[in-house]
Amino acid sequence: MSDSSTSSAAPDTLLKTPLHALHVELGARMVPFAGYSMPVQYPAGLMAEHHHTRQAAGLFDVSHMGQLRLVGADAAAALESLIPVDVIDLPAGKQRYGLLLNDEGGIIDDLMFFNRDYAHGGDLFVIVNGACKVGDIAHIQAKIGARCEVIPMPEMALLALQGPQAVTALQRLAPGVEKLVFMTGGRFTVAGCDCFLTRSGYTGEDGFEISVHASQADVLARALLAQPEVKPIGLGARNSLRLEAGLCLYGNDIDTTTTPVEASLNWAMQKVRRTGGARAGGFPGADKILAQLADPATLARKRVGLVALERVPVRDHTELQSTDGAKIGEVTSGLLGPTINQPVAMGYVKPEFAALGTRVNAIVRGKAVPMEVAAMPFVATRYYRG
Amino acid sequence: MTVKYTEDHEWLKIEGDVATVGITVHAQDALGDVVFVDLPAVGTTFAQKETAGVVESVKAAADVYMPVSGEVTAINEALKDDPSLANSDPMGAGWFFKIKLSDPSQLDALMDETRYTAFAA
Repeated sequence: MSDSSTSSAAPDTLLKTPLHALHVELGARMVPFAGYSMPVQYPAGLMAEHHHTRQAAGLFDVSHMGQLRLVGADAAAALESLIPVDVIDLPAGKQRYGLLLNDEGGIIDDLMFFNRDYAHGGDLFVIVNGACKVGDIAHIQAKIGARCEVIPMPEMALLALQGPQAVTALQRLAPGVEKLVFMTGGRFTVAGCDCFLTRSGYTGEDGFEISVHASQADVLARALLAQPEVKPIGLGARNSLRLEAGLCLYGNDIDTTTTPVEASLNWAMQKVRRTGGARAGGFPGADKILAQLADPATLARKRVGLVALERVPVRDHTELQSTDGAKIGEVTSGLLGPTINQPVAMGYVKPEFAALGTRVNAIVRGKAVPMEVAAMPFVATRYYRG
Repeated sequence: MTVKYTEDHEWLKIEGDVATVGITVHAQDALGDVVFVDLPAVGTTFAQKETAGVVESVKAAADVYMPVSGEVTAINEALKDDPSLANSDPMGAGWFFKIKLSDPSQLDALMDETRYTAFAA
């Protein structure tokens, strides 16, 4: 996950991650993001950083994101009451994607959760978006705080090491991580630092996310950057990488006005929570969402991938029209994808324009740029599944 | 040959009544890797400050303003094919377009290199 919300706060009121001094030392251009001063790019620049992540390994500081623990034997059932996702059947040692919903079925945030054996004294480890974390934690506390302990972890930093050589670099420091497969994880000592790491990320590449105490984050980051495969990567490339991977940016592509079905995130809602499943419904907005699943024709709009047929970047909030000039939707994220080397976008269109191959027009500076509805990811994902 | 600069971080190289226009080193650095340019059609006439084109990086898009009034007499076709010229040689091979000045007195209000360097600092 990553989020687009930027703070309007003055620079001196921005929060700093534990790696702030390192970013400055590395020459990063710092920008306000989700209330934090964050590196948007390093001297290599967005394009080089993007390519480096796809070809070798990139290190991202995502410490602005929210980390929390849900503790107690009822934690999974409690979390299931907030998200349309199978939490109870997720085995210990595995991670899953989830969507926090409001009572209208709108998406409050997207998140990742990991079963660190909550049933036997461990926890559910949850990671949410930085810009949403205060609200998320209050929401979770209010809704399920009586059923499990909700413990925010502001003392923890979060690093992401992403790319085809991430495993090579990390296993040099922490032998054994190579045995993990996508969406699993465990505790490892990395460069003397006590870490909880998962084999996952938000770039479409193989890689890891590493939760580490703030006091050890700088040591860990420097040890990772000392590996020949690894370079620091800013938020700019994180955005272009995630878009090529077809992954949503909270605040752009999904928000409280979009349901998971409209957002084409049906894959995140397992059968057990759908009509006919053993634990069907029982999440906020279930009536609306199950009805949308049963009859997709009722959808007002649907998220699709789009590729421009001319070399003109098509950006957020660009109007989409049918070829006969009627407004049919809007782009929510768009840029020239550095790897695919074509303008790519995602956006919402009326359902009758959502079929793959449908021709639409994006209205860029008054001119129609032809686009085609295309399958996502735009760049093949390379998750390690063993 | 005189070189002038605008507050929009564009440069003009003036030869007679024709100015070659591009974006400054500072501008291309702020934008990052340029991936797209939209240039005006040759023969089009613009007033000063009108939007004449667009320059885009992966991260951002910026309008290119007409620094002085005039008619577009040439555009850099090589830049359309390889927008990264705006990064690698912004004051040279990365030029955007040439204009025939309709009011050369507008040049007087533009900055010279010393003033622009201070402005962009």
